[in-house]
Parts: sequence; C-alpha cells; structure tokens
Amino acid sequence: MDNTRETSFLKFFLQELKPKGKIITPFNVITVIIVIISAVILFFRFTKGLGSVMDASQTRPWGLWINFNVITGVAFAGGAYVVTFMVYILGLEKYRPIVRPTVLYGLLAYMFYAGALLLDLGRPWKVINPIIGNSFGLSSVLFLVAWHFILYMIAEVIEFVPTIAEWAKWKRLRKIFLSLNLAAVIFGIALSTLHQSGLGSLFLMAKAKIHPLWYSEFIPILFFVSSIFAGLSLVIVSESISQKVFKNIMSTLHVKSHKNIIISLGKICAIALFVYFSLTILVFIHGKNYSYLNTPWGYWYLVEIIGFVVTPCMVFLFGFRLNNIRLVRIAAIMSIIGIILNRMNISTIAYQWYENSLHFPSWMELIVSIAVILVQIMVFRWIARRMPVFNESPAWVKVKKGIKLVA
Amino acid sequence: MSLVRRDFLKTLGLIGASLTVGKSLGATTKKKNKTEFYGVLIDTTRCVGCRACEWSCAEANGLPEPTEDEGVKIRKTSVSRWTAVSEYGTEDNPIYVKKQCMQCMQPACASACLTKAMNKTDEGPIVWREDKCMGCRSCMISCPFDVPKFEYDSPNPKIQKCQMCFERLEEGGVPACVENCGGDALLFGKRKDLLEVARSRIYNNPDDYYHHVYGEHEVGGTGVLYLSSVPFEQLGFREDLGTTAYPEYNKNFLYSVPVVLILWPVFLLGLNNSTKENKKLNEKKTDNHG
Repeated sequence: MDNTRETSFLKFFLQELKPKGKIITPFNVITVIIVIISAVILFFRFTKGLGSVMDASQTRPWGLWINFNVITGVAFAGGAYVVTFMVYILGLEKYRPIVRPTVLYGLLAYMFYAGALLLDLGRPWKVINPIIGNSFGLSSVLFLVAWHFILYMIAEVIEFVPTIAEWAKWKRLRKIFLSLNLAAVIFGIALSTLHQSGLGSLFLMAKAKIHPLWYSEFIPILFFVSSIFAGLSLVIVSESISQKVFKNIMSTLHVKSHKNIIISLGKICAIALFVYFSLTILVFIHGKNYSYLNTPWGYWYLVEIIGFVVTPCMVFLFGFRLNNIRLVRIAAIMSIIGIILNRMNISTIAYQWYENSLHFPSWMELIVSIAVILVQIMVFRWIARRMPVFNESPAWVKVKKGIKLVA
Repeated sequence: MSLVRRDFLKTLGLIGASLTVGKSLGATTKKKNKTEFYGVLIDTTRCVGCRACEWSCAEANGLPEPTEDEGVKIRKTSVSRWTAVSEYGTEDNPIYVKKQCMQCMQPACASACLTKAMNKTDEGPIVWREDKCMGCRSCMISCPFDVPKFEYDSPNPKIQKCQMCFERLEEGGVPACVENCGGDALLFGKRKDLLEVARSRIYNNPDDYYHHVYGEHEVGGTGVLYLSSVPFEQLGFREDLGTTAYPEYNKNFLYSVPVVLILWPVFLLGLNNSTKENKKLNEKKTDNHG
C-alpha cells in the first residue's frame, strides 16, 4: 500500500519536474548564460582564492556577496515576518492572499543569501563550527545572526510545508504542520526582529571606519525599522509583477484584492518610513554631526535621506490618499533604491571613507551576485507554477466555519 | 514519596542553578583578577630603524624574508609580514615606528569571532586558531587598527597577524622581535610594569617625550604600548579611537537579545489571543444582527 503510494508520488514528482510554460524566453536565456559564467567564476574562486574574482582588500574585507546579497537582501526578505504578523497575529484577513508568496519569497531569499554567504567565507568547510558547538563565540554578533538565520529558515519551512503538502496531497502532514503554524510565526517574528537588527550590529565595532553620518549606536534599531518598509516595498513590486506573470493561475480572490492590498501596504510603508525618518533625525541630532552636512559626504547623506526616505514616504502617502496604485508602485521602487543605498553606504561607500577613493565591485562579483538572485527567481517561479501559492488550495482542503484553513 | 521526589527535584534544580551561576561568576573573576597580561613597550625615540625585528619575526614565524622596499617610508604589515617599521618625521630627524598587532586588552576581533578562532590568551597575546576559523573576516571589519590580514590569493586562506610569539612565551621566552632589538627600543614584560617604565621615562626626560603613552587607554587599553617624541597623530596613529573597549559597543545589542526572545513571543501570543477574541465577538454580533 505504502509502496504504491510512494511510487505514485515519484511519478507525480517526475511529471511535475517537466517545465511548464515556454522554455526559450529572454529571461531564461539570460539567466542560463549568467549562471554558466558564474560557475566558471566560482571555479576560480575555489581554486585560486577569493582575491582572484573579488575586489576586496585588507582594509575592505567584505565584497558584494556579503554587503549586497546578505546585508541588503535580507532586509528585503523582511516582508515575510511583517505579513505573517499582520495576518496571524493581528488577524488582518485582508492580507491573507499574499501570505504564501511572501513566505515563499522569504524562505528562498534566506536560502540563497545564506548560500551567497558560503561563497564568501574563506574557509567554508569550517562553517559547521559555530553550529555543532565545539566553539561557540557567544560574544559575537555574527554568531547570533548565524543561528537566527538557521532557526528562522526552519520556522519558514514549517510555515510553508502546508503548501507543499497540498501540492503533494499529504493530508496528514498538512494537518500536523498547520498546528505548528502559529508557533512558527511567533518564533519567526522574534527571530526576525533580532537578526534584522543583528545585521546592523555587525558594523557596531567598525565605529572608527564608517562615516559618522552613517554610524551610530542606533544602527540595529534603524536596520530593524527599515526592514519593515524594505520588505513591504518588495512585496508591492513582486506582487505587481506576479499579477502579470502568474495571471493564469492566480485565484480570483487574489486578483480582485490586489489593488486594495497594494494601496493598504503603501499606507503601512508610509508610516514605517515616517517612523524611520523621525529616528534618523533623532540619531542625527544625538550624534551632533551638523558640521558634516556641508561636505560632499553630507550631500550624499541628504540624497539618501531626502531623496529616498522622505520622498517615497510622501509618494506612498499620496498614492494611498488618491487611491493610485501606480504612485504606490513608484514609491516602492524608490524605497527599495533607498534601502540599497543605505546598506551599501554603511557597508561599502562610507566604509573607510577617509581613504577618499571610490570603490567598485569587480564585474565577476557582480555577475555571481546577479546569478544568485536570478536562480532564486527561477526557483520561485518553478514552485509558484506548481504549488498552491497564488492559486486556490485543492478542493480536498476542508472548509470550516466559512473560513478556509489555509496557511 | 511525592514529597521526597519534590525535594530531590528542588535540590537538583538548585545544584543546576548554582552550577550555571558559579561558572559565570568564576569566568568574570578570572578575567578581572587573575590575569595580568604581558605586553611590549615600544619606545620610538630609541628605535634606529634597523628592522632586525622584522627579520627575527620572519624567522621565528616561518614568514618570507623581509623585502628592502627602498625609498618606501610608510611600510604596512601584510599576510607575509606581521610587523613592519615605517619612517616618519623629517629628513634630518627621522622617527622609526614598528607596527604590528596591538594585542588589545579587550579585543574587538575576538569578540567579533563567531567560532572563537581569534582568542585572547590568559598571557596576553591574541592568537588565531586555524582549526576554528571559517574565514568570515568579521575580525577585520571590527579591528580598529586594521591588523588581521586575510590570504585572498589562497584556496585555503588563513588570517595572518602578529601573535606576540605566543609559543615562545609559553616556553618562558620573550617575543623574537624584543629579543633581537639592538637599539633597546622594545621592552617585554607585564603590562602593569611596562606602564610604570613608560611613565618614569616621561617623568625623567620630560623634554624628550610627548606626554602620552599610546595604548594606555586607547580602545580600553592595548598590550602594546608606545612612547614618542611627537604627537602620535604624526606617526600614523589614530587618536580618535576613544577609550571605550570595543566589545562594549556590542553589549547593548547582545543584552537585548534574551529579553526580546522571551518578551516578544509572550507579547505576540497575547496579541494573537486578543484579536481572536475580538473576532469571535464580532462574529457573534453579526450573527445576532443577521
């Protein structure tokens, strides 16, 4: 009995492995080319050392893979904990359609960015050390971040298993994991709070190296607050793209609620941006950094704060007031650029600022960085086309009290 | 019977608690009282720039022979050079400064390390342990003096930095550079004693010295101390590092972690319950009205 079930699942799985949709599209072709080039680059990275492909130096130890993929990318994965907070903790049913895509995006982001971290580690075969416990660096922020990454990935897997179970028709497994869902969500939010701020704390000891306009003891709080609108802005953009790409499979509820959800998310982003802006003002005054404002670094700082914090905040607000989805999307893109600017400023541009030399990543680093993101999108698409992420759960999912028990 | 068991559990709990408390208390006292770190006092007024320290360092640590670098005044440490002598000052009055790891009392690198590969030994030197390091380079981000160097050109990279000849110290010796210094510019000893020597040199020759011992308070105190005839800024030292020990900058965040991990879930669970009840009430209301 069990045997036949297993073989039938294998058949089903092999059936599902086949590509759905067109194979030769511009996106696929570009992705494959970039992935092949990165494979070559990574071959050199592992045989000749990091220096052969990366533009890192003794005074700027971290390259794009950590500073962009991990430190910037994880902020964008923040949407998962914000959305699960709104739906499961605050009970805002309105946002339920976007829970699954956001959790899936978050899960994949963590998997791939942890992968990027592995590429950047000089001695990746030792990565197990802080996990198995033969050397716990308890005073290390990175130790905390590493553990929170792992635990949060587990929490997100728990949150996503019901979706997989609905696809593979594992009714019992689905039930078990649904009962774990609330615990995973709560645990996940706590972990996210800590590792989002923890990523900022990695730079706390770089006090002497980061420009005073960007360094403050409040970096952890700023990182946490900004991950809220970073994550939601990414949800706005990715939902808007999914609306087109996954049009055929999207449930009618999802399609219908799209505009309403995006506009409401825009309002939340506006509030989060306003809080973030107020905090930066407080930090700025607290740091007594007025004298730096009238320098080139000060102008660059103002570009970030006025151009990509205040402006998107206003555009979000107008978008919400005027019920204009296009304005909200524009604001989301602006705030995404703002987050990239902020994270890159702290980790790269204003890092070792007194050297006064512009620092560019090597093209090889950049290619691998992009490849990581493209493969992540591909896997997202593969899952979204098969499992009930955007579309309705299968009919066997029981309807209880008029509310569908979906995770 | 049940009473006995309860008592047994109580005692067990108490023992467990005392074990954890005892251990942590023990750790703090050990750090504070027992350890008197070794250090090196570098008197730049006595250094003649012969670079014998560089040669002996290379020999003692299996590094390639130092290069000549003719015409280069500011020489930096690197993956294959743990200590380097630079020339500052003027043509007529050159000042030679040997630089290497400062062996901080409370090192940022060790506190940043998630595998304890960077380790502050009880003797004072900060050593790097190959079997633990995973190459994340957090130590390099954190070090206020940019000391740890990473082998970017190796598939099996190591972190390279001065370890104050830890192995020689264990055998009762002194660091190779100190032993081979011809100009009497380097002095090895307990940090406390070195500070006294440094102060008395300043006191006895007030006109020859700039009245500051670099490393006495910088970043919470360093194992390597410097004397100079000119302000340290002129010798490529940073004077804006502050006197706070670097691990302190992390403390607020690290302390908040257990608090957040305990309080956040409780708060979230409460919030979840209250919204659930609210929902039920609302449903009832709509039921009654409808």
